[in-house]
Amino acid sequence: MSAPENALVLRLENIHKAFNGVEVLKGIDLDVHSHEVVALIGASGSGKSTLLRTINQLERVDDGQVWLDGADISAPETKVDEVRARIGTVFQQFNLFPHLTVLDNVTLASRHVLGITKAVADARGLELLDRIGLASQARSYPERLSGGQQQRVAIVRAIATSPALLLLDEITSALDPELVGEVLDLVRQLKADGTTIVMATHEMAFARDVADQVVFLDAGVIAESGPPEQLFTAPRTERARAFLSRFTG
Amino acid sequence: MLVSLVSTVVFAVLVWLFVINTPGWSRVQQSFFDPETFVAALPRVASGFLVNLRVLLFAAVGVLVFSLVLALLRTLRGAIFFPVRALVAGYTDLFRGLPLIIVLYLVGFGIPGLRLTEERIPFETLGTIALVLTYSAYVSEVWRAGIEAVHPSQVLAARSLGLSHGKTLRLVVLPQAVRKVTPALMNDFVAMQKDVGLISVLGAIDAVRAAQIETSKFANFTPYVLAGLLFVLLAIPTIRLADWYSAKLRAREQIGPLQ
Repeated sequence: MSAPENALVLRLENIHKAFNGVEVLKGIDLDVHSHEVVALIGASGSGKSTLLRTINQLERVDDGQVWLDGADISAPETKVDEVRARIGTVFQQFNLFPHLTVLDNVTLASRHVLGITKAVADARGLELLDRIGLASQARSYPERLSGGQQQRVAIVRAIATSPALLLLDEITSALDPELVGEVLDLVRQLKADGTTIVMATHEMAFARDVADQVVFLDAGVIAESGPPEQLFTAPRTERARAFLSRFTG
Repeated sequence: MLVSLVSTVVFAVLVWLFVINTPGWSRVQQSFFDPETFVAALPRVASGFLVNLRVLLFAAVGVLVFSLVLALLRTLRGAIFFPVRALVAGYTDLFRGLPLIIVLYLVGFGIPGLRLTEERIPFETLGTIALVLTYSAYVSEVWRAGIEAVHPSQVLAARSLGLSHGKTLRLVVLPQAVRKVTPALMNDFVAMQKDVGLISVLGAIDAVRAAQIETSKFANFTPYVLAGLLFVLLAIPTIRLADWYSAKLRAREQIGPLQ
């Protein structure tokens, strides 16, 4: 987030990934600049989640390179734990730690990965929780929160270490419809703060609203990409048109 | 409340009347429940029981540590660790199958035969080793079940935050696993509390062995009843604690499901 605007944060070069001989990603190239929000859209199974996982090295690429701030993090000698501390990830199912309080969830990485003292990490954690209006729940356990609150805590947990890049993997898909809004509002705030975000999403209206660049994945390749106003209103490819027509009706 | 109290008292009285009216009751009472022998045997049996307590303490700590190491070794992934996993699996199979008393004989008379030390290894130590070997095999399976019951998405979230494999285990997986397996661990602890009495077969003067000596001295079985009573008194608090904790966990789970 400290990078100047327009600096290249993430570069994907010719990413290939197969599971049991089935190729899920077939040569993906993508540049993400600082302060930019990139929306990955596409049908289930098009490779969105796999692509996000190859970025934070939860899946190692079979071929190609992932560059983060100018360093090849897909190289075998990369210390993946250090890299992951610089990439925040939010999951569909929140995945908060049920045995830790809300505050301890938020400060876990600061304390045990970055080695920040408890007092400093707690102060920063409380500040972040205050921003999302949940400071009063800092000592509660996650199970006491609603799904929308849990997901907002998960987002705050992901940004507590001030990562260079934030990955959002369909973060509203497991939420009741009335809880989606509060989570999307938080993402809008993060964009306004200049957070660099790559998000897989099914929320087309939201993607259109906040994304600077929309990437349409189809069968493991980028079928089309461009600014949202162009891709949503005048898709150039037949595949994108067919996919989008299912959302606009 | 009142009904259950009255019915319990009536039932107890009926059983009592039946027992004391059996033809051999007076002789049984004399040889198993003799107050004078009880008092006379108390010092020796009680001091033997201290040996059991000491063995129990060391064995419990040993089992907790060794079983956790076994369980963690078994969760290592990747082809390179196959020999380790296979070895641990073989170990737990072997020691869950072997009767404890045979392990006691093998360790108690086999290890001294190796002549590793100049001095004689105390029977207490050998008994503790045998208990740790056997119980760790069971308890490591309890740990393993607990570790595997923690959802993989928890590991995913922890690794995504940059936590190493070791820190993920220590900060995320094990604390959740401990909660899940505590009732089962306490149950195994109760089982071990009475199995420490088996170290008497090695010749250690524990409560059971002391009771045996006193029994032959007085030609009366009351010392065995005394030793049994001590073991029961030791077990009851742990049993109550295990029940209380299980109930608490159940209540907690009913408030809201864990993610």
